[in-house]
Amino acid sequence: HLTVTEPVAVLKAAEVWGALRGLETFSQLVYEDYYGSFLVNESEINDFPRFAHRGILLDTSRHYLPLKSILTNLDAMAFNKFNVLHWHIVDDQSFPYQSIYFPELSDKGAYSYNHIYTPTDVRLVIEYARLRGIRVIPEFDTPGHTESWGKGQKDLLTPCYSGKQPTGSFGPVNPILNTTYDFMTKFFKEISSVFPDAYIHLGGDEVNFDCWKSNPEVKEFMKKQGFGFDYAKLESYYIQKILDIVSSYNKGYMVWQEVFDNKAQLKPDTVVEVWMGNNYALELSSVTGAGFTAILAAPWYLDYISYGQDWKKYYSVEPLNFPGSEKQKKLLIGGEACLWGEYVDATNLTPRLWPRASAVGERLWSSRNVTNLQDVCKRLTNHRCRMLR
Amino acid sequence: QLLVFVATPGCGGFPSLDSKESYKLSVSEGSLLLSADAIWGALRGLETFSQLVGRDENGTYYINKTEIVDFPRFAHRGLLLDTSRHYLPLRAILETLDVMAYNKFNVFHWHIVDDPSFPYESLTFPELSKQGAFNAMTHVYTASDVQTVITYARLRGIRVIAEFDTPGHTLSWGPGAPDLLTPCYLGKDPSGTYGPINPILNSTYQFVTSLFQEVSTVFPDSFLHLGGDEVDFTCWKSNPKIRAFMKEMGFGEDYKKLESFYIRRLLDIVSSLGKGYIVWQEVFDNGVKLRPDTIIHVWKENSMPYMEEMANVTKAGYQALLSAPWYLNHISYGQDWMAAYQVEPLKFEGTPEQKDRVIGGEACMWGEYVDVTNLTPRLWPRAGAVAERLWSNATVRDMQDAYVRLADFRCKLLGRGVQAQPLYVGYCENEFGG
Repeated sequence: HLTVTEPVAVLKAAEVWGALRGLETFSQLVYEDYYGSFLVNESEINDFPRFAHRGILLDTSRHYLPLKSILTNLDAMAFNKFNVLHWHIVDDQSFPYQSIYFPELSDKGAYSYNHIYTPTDVRLVIEYARLRGIRVIPEFDTPGHTESWGKGQKDLLTPCYSGKQPTGSFGPVNPILNTTYDFMTKFFKEISSVFPDAYIHLGGDEVNFDCWKSNPEVKEFMKKQGFGFDYAKLESYYIQKILDIVSSYNKGYMVWQEVFDNKAQLKPDTVVEVWMGNNYALELSSVTGAGFTAILAAPWYLDYISYGQDWKKYYSVEPLNFPGSEKQKKLLIGGEACLWGEYVDATNLTPRLWPRASAVGERLWSSRNVTNLQDVCKRLTNHRCRMLR
Repeated sequence: QLLVFVATPGCGGFPSLDSKESYKLSVSEGSLLLSADAIWGALRGLETFSQLVGRDENGTYYINKTEIVDFPRFAHRGLLLDTSRHYLPLRAILETLDVMAYNKFNVFHWHIVDDPSFPYESLTFPELSKQGAFNAMTHVYTASDVQTVITYARLRGIRVIAEFDTPGHTLSWGPGAPDLLTPCYLGKDPSGTYGPINPILNSTYQFVTSLFQEVSTVFPDSFLHLGGDEVDFTCWKSNPKIRAFMKEMGFGEDYKKLESFYIRRLLDIVSSLGKGYIVWQEVFDNGVKLRPDTIIHVWKENSMPYMEEMANVTKAGYQALLSAPWYLNHISYGQDWMAAYQVEPLKFEGTPEQKDRVIGGEACMWGEYVDVTNLTPRLWPRAGAVAERLWSNATVRDMQDAYVRLADFRCKLLGRGVQAQPLYVGYCENEFGG
C-alpha cells in the first residue's frame, strides 16, 4: 500500500516482500522535470499480484552464463516484479554445477574449468535473488537431458546397444540399477541443502525411449516388472523413486508436464509445468482437474524469436482461458517466461529477454482486465527507456 | 616480422569499386611476406594474417607454414545500417566498421535518413535536422561525425555510400523543409498529413539540387544511393494540384509516370554533380529511363523470385546488387545464417555478360527493431555468412566446414571484444562478460 502525499510518502506492506515490490513501484513513479528536479505525483496505490509464481527460466547448460549476466538479469527481474528464477542449470550439453559430493560431474561435464558455478557462485546468486524477493528454483532434469552427467558419473546413463553390442553412446539415466538411486539419493541430499527454496524442479521431459529399448538388461527388467512394451511405465517407475527421494528431504517438486501425462504417482503438492504448445489450455484443464497445481510456460517461450512486435502476443495470453471450475482455476498459480539457451548467451541474453519478458511480467502481476494495447505500448516503451537507465 | 610489399604505392586515396583487393601471403620458416597490387589488398591480407596467428598453451604466438593467393569474387560487398528508425551512436557505427573489416566487407551503405527521423546535420539546410531529428542536440550526426565515419572507413578499405532516399520515405524532411512534401487532401481540404516529395514544384528541384550538391561534396565516394523505393501514390492522388499536373503532362492515371518524372530529374541532377547512382529496384521495375551505368539494388522477396529480377535487371544491361535474401533484420528461430550462406548470387538464366553485371550484394540491418542495445549480436556472426558468400569462390559451400570456421571466427570476435552472438550450443574459452 503506497500513499504519496506531502510531506511524507508512506509505503506499508504485510511482509518485506511487499515492501520490495512497493519500492520498485515508487521508483518508477519518480520522474525528472525539465530543470532536473525529481518529482512524484500525489498518489494512492493498493497493489498485489494476481499470480504468486512469476518466473523466468534461464538455461546455463546450452551456453554457460557468466555470473554477472545472471545477476544483471536478477536486477531486471526485480524491476519487472518477477519473483522466481527457474535455474535450468545442467542438461545434455554441459554440467556447470560444481557438486560437493560429486566433483567429477563438473570436472568432466562442464565445457571447461572456466565454465563452472562454484558453491560460492551459487550462494551469491541465491542471496542476490533473495535480497530482491526472488526465489531460486534449481532444475536438475532427469532421466532425459543428462548426457553431460555421464561424463563424470560412470554407469549412471544407459548404454545403448546395436543388436548385441554396446554402441558406445549413452541414453537417459539407467533406471534399473540400484547404483542410480544411491547416486540420486546422495546428489539430491546436496541439492536440498544447497538450495533453500521449498521446491526443486526435477524435469522429466522429453525422455527418448530408443536407448532403453535397445538395451538387453533394460528389456529384461521390463519383462520382470510386467511393464510389457510400455516404456512410459519404466519412466514413471524411475520418476516415482526420484520423487520419493526428494520428498524424503522435505522438498516439494516441480515437474514438466510429461511426468503428469505419463501417469506417475505425484504427491498432491506437486507443481506441473505446462510447456507443450499445442492445446496447452486442455492440458491446464487436465492437470488442475486432477487436483494438481500448475504453472504455464507454453505460450511464453521467449527463445522463439521472430520478426516484429511479438511482445503483443505474449501480453495477450490469458492464463485462465481454459475449461474448468473456479476451484481448478485457483490451482493455476502462475507462469514462466523461458529463455532456452541453444542460441542465447551473455552476448544477446539481455536484449532478447527484455523488454519482451516485461509483457509476461505484467500479465502475471496485473489484473485480468488490464489489456488495453495502446496504453501498454506507451507504458512498455517508457519502461524500456527506464530499464536502459 | 611480416614484410608487406605493395606494388602501387599510395595510401591517400579512397577505395572504389575498381580497387584491387587481391593479395598473396607466403609464410615459411624465417620468412613472412604479404604482397599486394594496391594498399587495399594489403589490408585484406593483414586481416587474413591476423586470423592465422594462434597462441599455444604456453602463450607463444605461432603461425603455420602457408601459401595463400586470395582475391574477392565480388567487388561490392556491403552492409546497410539504418540510422533513421533508430539513432546509432557514433561508436556503434565505428565498431561496426571494425567488424566489417574483420569480415572483408568493403562498402558501408549508410541509410542515414528516412520517415521517422533526420539525423544528418546539413550545412545548407540546418532546419532539416533541427526539426527532423529525434533530438537535435543528442541524436544527430554533425559534419565532423560524418567525416569521422568516412575517414575511419577509408583506413579499413571501406567505401561509404550514403543513401538519401526519395521521393518516398521522407516524412522527417517535412518539418525542416516546408513545401517539400506533398500535402494530402481529404476531399477539397488538406488533411494535415503529408506524403512523398512534391514532384510538381520547381522549389522541390531547387532544394534537391542544393542538398545533393552538399551531399556530393561531403561524401567522397563516386556513388550515391538515391533510394526510390516504396512510393505510396495515395497522397499524390488526393492532391488536386497534382491531379491537374498529371492531366497537363498527359500521364493519365498512371502515377508511375509521375514517379519516373521526379526520378529522371533527380538522376540528371546527381549525374551533373559527377556522381554515379544506385537505386532500389522499383525505379527499374517502373520503367524509368536510366543511364546505362546505373546500379539496381534488388531487395524484394515477395513479388517475384529475386533471381528472376536479377536476370531481368542484368538482361536490360544494368549492373545489379543483391540484398533480397540478406535482410538480417528478419530474425527467426534457429541457424538462419545457413540460408544466407547458401544463396548463390549468380543462380539465374543468363549470359556470361549478364552474370558479370552482378557486382555484389549487401546484408541489410534495417532499424525498426534495432538500436545500439542489440545491433552487434544481431549483426554478427550472421553477416559473416554473407561476407564469405561475396568474397569466396562459388565452390566454397560445405556447410559443416563453414559452421566450424564461423563458430571459431565468432570466438575470435569475442576475443577482440565484439559482442557477437552464438551460432548454436557450445562455448568459447573466454565468454563475453566472463
